[in-house]
Amino acid sequence: MFGPAENFITTKVNDALGWARKFSIFQYPFVTACCGMEYMATNCSHYDQDRFGAGFPRFSPRQSDVLFVVGTISHKMAPVLKMVFDQMCEPKWVVAFGVCTCTGGFYDNYSTVMGIDTIIPVDIYIPGCPPRPENVLDGLIKLQDKIQKGEQSTTLYDPRTKIGRPAELQADYSIERHIKHIESA
Amino acid sequence: MSLLEKLQGKFAADIIETHAFRGDETAVVRPAALKAVAKFLKDSPEMDFNFLMDLTAVDYLFFAGGRVQKECRFEMVYHFFSLKHNHRIRIKVPVDEKNPEVDTLSDLWPGADWYEREVWDMFGIKFRGHPNLKRILMYEEFQGHALRKDYPFNKRQPLIGPVN
Repeated sequence: MFGPAENFITTKVNDALGWARKFSIFQYPFVTACCGMEYMATNCSHYDQDRFGAGFPRFSPRQSDVLFVVGTISHKMAPVLKMVFDQMCEPKWVVAFGVCTCTGGFYDNYSTVMGIDTIIPVDIYIPGCPPRPENVLDGLIKLQDKIQKGEQSTTLYDPRTKIGRPAELQADYSIERHIKHIESA
Repeated sequence: MSLLEKLQGKFAADIIETHAFRGDETAVVRPAALKAVAKFLKDSPEMDFNFLMDLTAVDYLFFAGGRVQKECRFEMVYHFFSLKHNHRIRIKVPVDEKNPEVDTLSDLWPGADWYEREVWDMFGIKFRGHPNLKRILMYEEFQGHALRKDYPFNKRQPLIGPVN
């Protein structure tokens, strides 16, 4: 009955929704480690995340749109992170802030989760130890693009198939190889 | 008269060996005498060690040529400091692998409570008389003790998510 005109209206409504959402990001800062300092620097007046409409941290997952996971996540903390993510209302996005949350970083031990994308789907990866504020703002702008398009990540990373994580973040490194390298030297 | 000489005068039979390096004095004490030595260090006015600075353990499993051999795989290390006299001493206690257990010091220094829980968590050394000896860093589901040298470095025990 409506045809192309209906599509035109829905598309325009989605555009408007995306535009509204990307400039009113209510974030939940899940800050566990040293990256938190850089997160605070980004949020303060010198770099001013509020220019992008993302200056308002809500310390309740139910009121937030974007989960900022800032800092190393241990196996003990992992169920808490998953619960916080599950408590957020749709639509929701996840930012992995710092290399520990992206891949586990330089940790390869009994206590650390090797990338939060094994537990919750991640939209934007901001590697760095810690990332510079400029880097964070770059990630934020990329996130805004994603929100504008209405895209959301739903897949988890599978360490066996290596699917679900950007190739740049899949370094060919293992501690076994490192130890062999030391022993052969 | 140095601290070690005073200690040796009182507990000659219980001290395995002593050494001192540039004022850092160390005494290796038999496990059975730990409580008595600690009490003496804390309560006697000339010692008056009112501050337990550190308490940890060492696993000598792969320590080639070490003094601690297979029958005593672990060693407890205590660092004491006296705020009054401004002196410090280190006490070491060898701990058997078959029955890794020593007396708690949490009744003398309340600060020992969490340190001892950490040593139990990471090394699996039990503390006789500890009021609440359970894991402090790892979760209850964790199997084994992570800082033991025979704990596989690549062993993962995630609560949720894949093993990786």
